Amino acid sequence: MIDPRLSVIDERLGRIKRLIAVASGKGGVGKSLIASTLALILSEKGFRAGLMDLDFTNPSTHLILGAESAYPLEDKGVVPPKVRGVSYTSISFFTGGKPSPLRGEDVTNAFIEILALTRWGDLDYLVIDTPPGMGDALLDLLRLIKRVGFLVVSTPSRLSLETIKKLIEILRSVRAQVIGVVENMASAEMKSIRGEVEELGERYLGSISFDPEVEEAIGNPDKLLGIRFAEDLRKVADKLV
Amino acid sequence: MHEWALAEAVVSAASKLAGERGLGKITLVKIKVGELQQIDLEVFKFALSQIAEKLLPEAGFEISVERAEFRCRACGRTWRFRGEELDPEIREAIHVIPEVAHAFLRCPRCGSPDFEVVKGRGVWIESIVGEKSG
Ligand SMILES: Nc1ncnc2c1ncn2[C@@H]1O[C@H](COP(=O)(O)OP(=O)(O)OP(=O)(O)O)[C@@H](O)[C@H]1O
Ligand SMILES: [Mg+2]
Ligand SMILES: [Zn+2]
Repeated sequence: MIDPRLSVIDERLGRIKRLIAVASGKGGVGKSLIASTLALILSEKGFRAGLMDLDFTNPSTHLILGAESAYPLEDKGVVPPKVRGVSYTSISFFTGGKPSPLRGEDVTNAFIEILALTRWGDLDYLVIDTPPGMGDALLDLLRLIKRVGFLVVSTPSRLSLETIKKLIEILRSVRAQVIGVVENMASAEMKSIRGEVEELGERYLGSISFDPEVEEAIGNPDKLLGIRFAEDLRKVADKLV
Repeated sequence: MHEWALAEAVVSAASKLAGERGLGKITLVKIKVGELQQIDLEVFKFALSQIAEKLLPEAGFEISVERAEFRCRACGRTWRFRGEELDPEIREAIHVIPEVAHAFLRCPRCGSPDFEVVKGRGVWIESIVGEKSG
């Protein structure tokens, strides 16, 4: 028996110029906040931007974007709603805020379903928020979307640095594109990981300060785009485009 | 209605398969549809015929529906999907992404969300029949 969904994935993503997965291996380093804000910034710059939340058991980009009431249109597939200019899709549309505990096989199936059904249309960038860990989501991403580039996020902590080293090793071993490393939650007290990143031979894309205003801005894209966090991320975005 | 998206997938996969097997034309595609997908068969058939017109003009489609069955990984209980008892919104959500059943359904014996869809998930091409080219 053949799963026909696999044969339309490339076509569904065919009119997207660039796919950027925000990943780290480590949890809680700011992947979702960076992915969501990056999509908003790209859209603000005039690009056609999309955001796909791949964290099926703990989606959070809908909370960051304040998109709890967004719902896609079903028209010969699923057409992502626009949230402040960003074409957006998340499993949260369909779980109604309920917890959805999923095993690996279900994660894979849900991902394939979303890829096979979603009609993104023409996009310059599709940003993909990924869950922590090096599990199903990462492996499926590498298997199903060959041309995705990885934006690796780390905090200045050594624990985070060690994790991204492993992630980068895996990405290199399968010849996936590593776009570079973003250092998040940087502060004057912590030594930057810039040196280590450059020693690894990866591009250091910049640092984003720990910004106490983030919490207040969650759920409000306008506010989010006006704080220091976004200002720092814009400099990173400038290096991507 | 994402029946169209699924129909596109079926036609695209079937024509790729025909290419791989050196079939000049396909006369029959046998499709199995899982009940959990809650596909509107009329819409699906119509979509298949429309999309196939260009790519697989001689193809007929035979569709069978497989009942959905769950098995609890915690206590072993098996049970059947009863879509008609669910809220329309929940049905719609499961229709789009069947895995969200894990957000709404629980094992009727022990309440666990850790169940497996033993049968009745997805859309599958069971077989194709065609004629060799040249
Ligand atoms: N630069 C920053 N300044 C202040 N707070 C931040 C910053 N970056 C992220 N945060 C906060 O840190 C927390 C974790 O961020 P986020 O959820 O984006 O991380 P994550 O890597 O996606 O986590 P997970 O691995 O669970 O998916 C959130 O409360 C977020 O608001
Ligand atoms: Mg996250
Ligand atoms: Zn049970």
